Amino acid sequence: MLAASSVEMRKVNKYYGKFQALKDIELSIPPGKVTCLIGPSGSGKSTLLRCINFLEEYDSGEVRIDGQLIGYDAPNKKMSGRRLREMRRSIGMVFQQFNLWPHMTARENVAEGLIRVRRISKADADRRASEALAKVGLADKSASHPSRLSGGQQQRVAIARAIAMEPKLMLFDEPTSALDPELVGEVLSVMRTLAGEGMTMVVVTHEMGFAAHVADQVGFMEKGELVSVDSPDRILHRPEDARIQSFLRTYHERNSF
Amino acid sequence: MEWSVLQQYGPSLLKGFGNTILCWALGTVFGMALGLVIALIQRYAPRWVTWIVQAYIEVIRGTPFLVQLFVLYYGGPLVGLRLDALPAGLLGLTIYGSPYFAEIFRSGFRAVPDGQIEAARAIGMSESDIVRRILLPLGLVSALPALVNFSIILTKETVILSIITVPELLYQVQRMSAETFRYVEANLVLALFFWGLVETISRVGLRLEARITKHLIERT
Repeated sequence: MLAASSVEMRKVNKYYGKFQALKDIELSIPPGKVTCLIGPSGSGKSTLLRCINFLEEYDSGEVRIDGQLIGYDAPNKKMSGRRLREMRRSIGMVFQQFNLWPHMTARENVAEGLIRVRRISKADADRRASEALAKVGLADKSASHPSRLSGGQQQRVAIARAIAMEPKLMLFDEPTSALDPELVGEVLSVMRTLAGEGMTMVVVTHEMGFAAHVADQVGFMEKGELVSVDSPDRILHRPEDARIQSFLRTYHERNSF
Repeated sequence: MEWSVLQQYGPSLLKGFGNTILCWALGTVFGMALGLVIALIQRYAPRWVTWIVQAYIEVIRGTPFLVQLFVLYYGGPLVGLRLDALPAGLLGLTIYGSPYFAEIFRSGFRAVPDGQIEAARAIGMSESDIVRRILLPLGLVSALPALVNFSIILTKETVILSIITVPELLYQVQRMSAETFRYVEANLVLALFFWGLVETISRVGLRLEARITKHLIERT
């Protein structure tokens, strides 16, 4: 069982100029649980996710990881870079575009954070990197550069890069959206394993199947609002809100043939 | 054509060529280093500092190298900066090249996808590690062709140093012409030397490029 973090978001607002990307977000993410965020593109799912590790700076409200405010020491007083980096160490993130560093091999990609951030010796870091790669099923690819890997393999390296840091919370920003359909499964299966180990996970996704089977709670977002957060069953199978019904209808239409 | 004069002037021409290479190599290295510093300042320094740096870039890029050299070499002593011809020439080349190199680095940095920087931030890497481990290596790859190209342009700017009596190749060629009236031969030698130098740089540049982009090219 891993040490798992909880996240509390209170009245979180985010503006891009005059455009309000997040409106009074209230969300509790319990430790060791999987929370999926669904909703149309541009609804603010990724923005919300990125506020959790402060890659996106929210303008007002609070985001707390295990009770600790991230990004600010007090309202309007940004936290120091050092403190922010310390907090980010225990938050892993996986991106839609993988964002591996192309000049490093798979193992180097995974070891980099261990060496630079955790200050672990290179030998140790290499060993842990190999372990992390083995865990995502890529032990044999550790010497390959990202350009030699398929999208699914690249994304699994990216997951290995995050879990090697032994995070207590993992953020997934549409981890399978850039993948060819036949490669989606291998990434989801790694994520399912992680969830099974008790990792706190927040997943922005269009994979309704994953949300239905793996998530403990599902949040539906539209136009910057977190419309509803509930069990997968209540959101995906018996939605009451008309906006969710309409979103799911469109989704099913697009995915049936 | 009268090539026998070359026997007499060969050594001084070679020496001049040596100085040309020295000025070019050091001017390029220092200019690149200064350019890199400028590019990093523009990326990370507070707004008012970047304005000052931008002003420097505009002034240097907006004035001829010849004028800059005159100001440095003949105007320098007026403010207590007394330099011999060669150091003055080197300093001049460094200053002249720096804003161009800075712009090349800036565009190289911009070519690094934001996501790769974010990935580093997300695992808690410090900005200085991000610069050293991610931004510089990747930015350099994108910047390399332009860096080589501008280094080649700089080879030919070295001839202007002859005006402040740096004993580089053009200086020696002019001396030979004046003493022997063999203008054509002298200038052909000049052209050949430069052609050889440029050809060498561009070949080395291509090899370097092939080597550092080896792992970056998508293979499917």
